[in-house]
Amino acid sequence: MTLLEAILLTIITASTPLLIAAIGELVVERAGVLNLGVEGMMIMGAAAGIAAAITTGNSGLGVLAAVLAGMALAAVFAFLTLGLATNQVAAGLALSIFGLGLSGVVGAPFVGVQRAGIGKIEIPFLSEIPFLGPVLFAQDPFVYASFALVVGVSWFLWRSRAGLVLRACGENHASAHALGYPVLRIRLYAVLFGGACAGLAGAYLSLAYTPFWTSGMTGGRGWIALAIVVFASWLPWRAAIGAYLFGGITILQLHAQGAGVPLPSQLLSALPYLITILVLVLIMRLRRGGAAAPAALGTPFVPDR
Amino acid sequence: MTPPLVEAQRIVKRFGALLANDHVDLLVRVGEVHALLGENGAGKSTLVKMLYGLLQPNEGRILWQGRPVTLPSPKAARALGIGMVFQHFSLFENLTVAENVALALDAAAPLPEVAARVAELSAAYGLPLSPGREVWRLSVGERQRVEIIRCLMQDPKLLILDEPTSVLTPQECEGLFATIARLRAEGRAVLYISHKLEEVRRICETATILRQGRVVAATDPRAETAASLARMMVGGDVAALRHEAAAESDAPVRLSVRGLSLPAEDPHGTALRDVSFDLRRGEILGVAGVAGNGQEELFAALSGERLAPRAGQILLDGAPVGREDINARRRRGAAFVPEERLGHAAAPRLPLSENALLSGHAANGFVRGGLLDRGRMLGWVDAVTRAFDVRKGPRDPEARALSGGNLQKFVVGRELLRRPGLLVVAQPTWGVDAGAARLIRQALVDLAREGAAVLVISQDLDELLEIADRLAVIFHGRLSPARPVAGLTREEIGLLMGGAGFAMAAEAG
Repeated sequence: MTLLEAILLTIITASTPLLIAAIGELVVERAGVLNLGVEGMMIMGAAAGIAAAITTGNSGLGVLAAVLAGMALAAVFAFLTLGLATNQVAAGLALSIFGLGLSGVVGAPFVGVQRAGIGKIEIPFLSEIPFLGPVLFAQDPFVYASFALVVGVSWFLWRSRAGLVLRACGENHASAHALGYPVLRIRLYAVLFGGACAGLAGAYLSLAYTPFWTSGMTGGRGWIALAIVVFASWLPWRAAIGAYLFGGITILQLHAQGAGVPLPSQLLSALPYLITILVLVLIMRLRRGGAAAPAALGTPFVPDR
Repeated sequence: MTPPLVEAQRIVKRFGALLANDHVDLLVRVGEVHALLGENGAGKSTLVKMLYGLLQPNEGRILWQGRPVTLPSPKAARALGIGMVFQHFSLFENLTVAENVALALDAAAPLPEVAARVAELSAAYGLPLSPGREVWRLSVGERQRVEIIRCLMQDPKLLILDEPTSVLTPQECEGLFATIARLRAEGRAVLYISHKLEEVRRICETATILRQGRVVAATDPRAETAASLARMMVGGDVAALRHEAAAESDAPVRLSVRGLSLPAEDPHGTALRDVSFDLRRGEILGVAGVAGNGQEELFAALSGERLAPRAGQILLDGAPVGREDINARRRRGAAFVPEERLGHAAAPRLPLSENALLSGHAANGFVRGGLLDRGRMLGWVDAVTRAFDVRKGPRDPEARALSGGNLQKFVVGRELLRRPGLLVVAQPTWGVDAGAARLIRQALVDLAREGAAVLVISQDLDELLEIADRLAVIFHGRLSPARPVAGLTREEIGLLMGGAGFAMAAEAG
């Protein structure tokens, strides 16, 4: 394996959790809900995933537990913001803080327990393609799942009627309601999907990326996922670009530090964040209309009858 | 004999203590264009919302083709064959025309199929539209076409149109009338809500007139005069406006705009290009045009919400004010009433007194020594209430609690009471009933007669022809030369509003 292959492999693994969580949040925001609790749902997924995997000895059950944990937290958020129409920003922040705390409790018995990560799946024939094969087709299931999510969500949002209705709820919930669509139920499904994705991203961290538990192991990836959604201007394939840009720079700056580039390591560590800001500014300056934020993003919907 | 298409019998609808519909009867026959006339608050919207399943009557019943029906939802109404085009469009801005239409369908259909049907219907009914365009790129007239096509997709037997021409150019109105004629020829009925009497007399064969929740007449409008219809609507004579368009005036120029160009601020906006005009004391200058042709930008530039590139491009009493902000201009005696009353002219959740403060803090003496004089603010609210007949419950309610017409009277009255030397007002009577509209228009005319200069930006051509002395048309950010109203025909103005007279100027520029 060449150095370049190794770098590409680590970039993919660093970007995958960002991409999965961002795709989930993208669907949530397309439905008009701003859930800032991604970080909390993600780390709960990580904790529940490793707890279930170690207890049962089955990685598959671990993944399932992670997804359910993410959805459970999302359900709390949905109850607060959709059921009680509370402020979404406040509820989302509370969810992140709550998830970070609760995950510490859930994960405490498993600190320091090592287990084998989820293995890679080599796709026959394709993985034997020189260079591309090992990078793209000898990955763990999460990576394949993330690709499937991008394609699937794109198809769902722009090719299916349900996706059209979901986008309509995010654009103008009053009109969608007037047309007879169950706005709150659609938003509930979207929020649960977002929770499932965040949980899955968490499972990736604790079951495949670094197969052990440390508290706070998401390290702000949930917040980055939120930024990627804005960066992507709510388009799935741009979210993929954003996740890989961020993941790529994170890995490259590590290699740069290792190679002794004469820059302060703190500056290099900050590079992914700086570049994200820079690209966001550039996008805002270049964009002329269209594909902006869903118009009803973050506004609670209260049916008046 | 076939039963009537739809019949409402003895309908009663209460909202708390308010009786919105008081034993209302309505009868629409197959293939008829039926007008529903009435002032704002007469109960027209309440009645049609019940026909469309958005509200449920407290008493009375609705018959569809002779059979009693209940309409628990718009979906149920659509299933029967009732379609409705609302006055305020319920479109999704960032979605395409075809997507908007698909959302309104009760049965799922693949988008390409919907797009094909839209193209087909738009050709058949003379409603040109391209299915793939996003709604925010469309003009108001085009948006209305989307709404109409949305309804036609369901093959309705009854189409309800709520104030459809209030946003259209004269030529677009003609197009709409042709579409309505076509619908009638196919045996569909149209329930046409309007307060434009000439229009109703022209295209409707029956009219039901509502006043204060009751039916006061069911008549053939073609056999009535506009004045007799108005009398029935208002329950008394609507005094004609006391106004004669002044001839060329040689009064001193109060507001002068010279070669004003301003780039669009947001991607959906229009750039102003080389706008010039003079506005004299004692005259009303009307600016006509289809929405989205630079009216908002012109208002923003005149009010100081956006600054002109050079101070000398806007002269107020000869003083260059192009770089001054809105408060500086207010201190010079100017006043401004923007188009959007809730959100721009008034803050919805603030009480009226604080809304009075918003535009009056610079010039009305509401602030003394850095502290608010609440008594004075309340006094101002009372004065506006008296002078403009603002109807409200408590003395100082939140702005959003007022009905549209009453809030409009408040935001116009708030500025007029300051006796400004210059008033710039956009859409002064948008969605306001006939009585209130007359009150506001008369106040504008009186203000000009007292020597103020008044600039009225409006899409309502009838209104401009009624009150303006001179008229200019704005199109794609350019302003035509102002001409005396006396010598103008509707056709000329309509052509200008469609951009016909601007071709040469555009080439030259």
